[in-house]
Amino acid sequence: MSEVTPIFSLLNISKHFPGVKALDKVQLDLYPGEVTALVGENGAGKSTLVKVMTGIYQPTEGELYLDGKPVNIATPEDAHHNGITAIHQETVLFDELSVMENIFAGHYLQLPSGRLDWKQMEQETIRILSEIEAPLAPKKLLKELSIGQRHMVAIARALSFDARVVILDEPTAALSHREIEEFYAIVYRLQKKGCAILFISHKFDEIYSIADRFTVFRDGCYIGEGKIAEVEEKELVSMMVGRSIDTAFPKTEVDIGDCIIEVKDFCHPTEFDAINFKLHQGEILGFYGLVGAGRTEVMQSLFGVSNNASGQIIVNNKELAIKSPSDAIKAGIVYVPEERQAQGTVLEFPIYQNISLPQLDKLNPKGFLNTATEYSLADKYAKRLKVKAPNWNEKVENLSGGNQQKVVIGKWLATEPKIIILDEPTKGIDIGSKAAVHEFMSELTEQGLAVIMVSSELPEIMGMADRIIVMREGLMVNEFERAQFSAEQLVSAATGMTGELQ
Amino acid sequence: MKQLLKNREAQLALVILSLLAMIGAIIPDFLAISNLLGVYTDTSILIILALGQMLVIITRCIDLSIAANVALTGMVVATINSLYPDFPVPVIILIGAGFGTLLGMLNGWLVWKMKIPSIVVTLGTMAIFRGAVFLISKGAWINAHQMSATFLEIPRYVFLGLPILGWCSVIVIAAMYYFTRHRQLGRKIYAAGNSPTAAYYIGVDVGKKQFIAFTISGLLAGIASYLWISRYAVAYVDIANGFEMLVIASCVIGGVSIAGGTGTVIGCVLGALFLGIINNALPVIGISPFWQMAISGSVIILAVIANSRSERKVGRIILRKAVQNAS
Repeated sequence: MSEVTPIFSLLNISKHFPGVKALDKVQLDLYPGEVTALVGENGAGKSTLVKVMTGIYQPTEGELYLDGKPVNIATPEDAHHNGITAIHQETVLFDELSVMENIFAGHYLQLPSGRLDWKQMEQETIRILSEIEAPLAPKKLLKELSIGQRHMVAIARALSFDARVVILDEPTAALSHREIEEFYAIVYRLQKKGCAILFISHKFDEIYSIADRFTVFRDGCYIGEGKIAEVEEKELVSMMVGRSIDTAFPKTEVDIGDCIIEVKDFCHPTEFDAINFKLHQGEILGFYGLVGAGRTEVMQSLFGVSNNASGQIIVNNKELAIKSPSDAIKAGIVYVPEERQAQGTVLEFPIYQNISLPQLDKLNPKGFLNTATEYSLADKYAKRLKVKAPNWNEKVENLSGGNQQKVVIGKWLATEPKIIILDEPTKGIDIGSKAAVHEFMSELTEQGLAVIMVSSELPEIMGMADRIIVMREGLMVNEFERAQFSAEQLVSAATGMTGELQ
Repeated sequence: MKQLLKNREAQLALVILSLLAMIGAIIPDFLAISNLLGVYTDTSILIILALGQMLVIITRCIDLSIAANVALTGMVVATINSLYPDFPVPVIILIGAGFGTLLGMLNGWLVWKMKIPSIVVTLGTMAIFRGAVFLISKGAWINAHQMSATFLEIPRYVFLGLPILGWCSVIVIAAMYYFTRHRQLGRKIYAAGNSPTAAYYIGVDVGKKQFIAFTISGLLAGIASYLWISRYAVAYVDIANGFEMLVIASCVIGGVSIAGGTGTVIGCVLGALFLGIINNALPVIGISPFWQMAISGSVIILAVIANSRSERKVGRIILRKAVQNAS
């Protein structure tokens, strides 16, 4: 199809994790002097592919070709030697080192005696920085630079390796408008040098401004590719989400009851602004948006984890001041965090102790632990959630991700909450456990609980939610009733695409 | 039996038994009941302090000032006794316990409210406490003849074959076992150290748990201070100097993870006993004190290696088992 040979090609790449096919026979071609945009939803396999390209993961099957010759990239060093380098959203650099040291970290220039050749490195730094027209002092410490300038350092570092393939993984997420313009200019200069660039972004305006080609992934599969000039936004979106949202979700019809919590004018100095919503008994309210849209921050503030938010929280017609998680728990609000391992469980504790932990006071009013009561409480909820373990004395760290998630949910259910907030409840867990979590959400609503579900997975949120609020950049941009759900509209609202579809 | 061998405490107990067997082969008298009780009594103070330190380490902190607390509280106790020989000794002990608790609370408060890393806080208070000993005593020693007979005699009084000093550690062991295993506060201290974020999310105030751990550590140091002074019948600035390292070593050998969150009372006691036996036996065998230090040091490192290795293995084996059982 193409007259130019790609610098770097991936063919039939698969990457399997236990229980999950992160990539399934995908392909990608990167051409010299061209920017290829990799488009896909969260969980489409983009990051996994980047990790395969940079030697962090080994593909389960498939071949990589550099200049038409097969190449093996076993380690990140191999990737560097082959001129492949990635620049991430959060640039991984050393704060306490200078610009020059950051650029040459790990491949310092040396004199024949083995002594570091700082003079040469400084000259090289100046040369590379002037090449991308980034006026930075080589000896300036990284922590003194803005995020945009850090990106320049990251790119200069890439160039110091004679990079020919540059992967930009959502590089603009944290940049201001002006910095983005500067960033485009640098990308353009890289292009002129003949580098092949892979650009990963959720923002369509950016893709249309700098990409020449596109490749679409969905659910770890290759969907299609082509030239940006020949495709409309609408087609791209439908390639991204284009699947029938199947009826496999165990959503039960529940009569929506009274308003149980109302959040009014909820604001945070830096993370979100003007959040207003009501939640009713038996309702599942979805929060959809891109990663970093502020959804988790809203939930954490609601739960009292960070308490510099302002606004009103009215639970059962009573205004509450939630200053800490224990206030929230008392008010009947519980939160199942996204970072299960760090925030959800005490890994070294057995299952039964994890489940009883939030209410040791209630179970043991005199402070004396009654293992039997604890165990029977855990037994009730762990059985209900079908946690798979030899017995409830098993340490949580020995369970699979899905079962850990069930323990976290079980722990909160045991407190008999009124409102349960699930943050990415099925992220990274196997299909069987996913179904169990979904079933359970339905069961909860039948019992009159109200559920808030933060999810970046379209099928899940469309399958389970009664209402979806879409957030973008800390603001609520749209709200949809179940009858109005459409994948295209949700994606458009979340990515801030121009209004033609809405 | 296999299950037992995987148990960290059981392993350490085996090591201690074989150590005793080796020493017994050279000096059979060492294994006499009376001598073993003597060794235990001699290790009592170490055990009490190590249990306090264990709680602090479990909350991801460290108490470097524990020995300085012993010295300062000890000087307070000895001063009261020497100035007012008729003051009832039980009240003096209570004052000591209260004073030690206050010092522990000071550490805990700085860690909790001022959010200063515990190693910095206790490094500072360690120096402050030592300095305060000097201020109280003006550098002078308080010797046995300045202390009352009751003050000196109580810990030596033999009850059911064991001196009161030994019984003190037995009581502390029992109390700590009960506290860590059967009180919800104890459980929460483990949770706070094991996963501070998860603990915070379920409404456990992690800083407060650290404060409580330091308070208990201070209380135990206060009790230990009286035992120390009366046992050695002398109080001066450098009492128990460097002893905090032995205390921390007992915890580490006993399987208390410096990273926090794990450690048992039994393990900690065995760790202290191990050091107690080495320190008592080696001079008898005729090994130079410098070898003793090297041996203690090597054992600490070996213990850490053994713990980290055994943890890794256990995780994998159980995982496989869990998968089989579940499917």
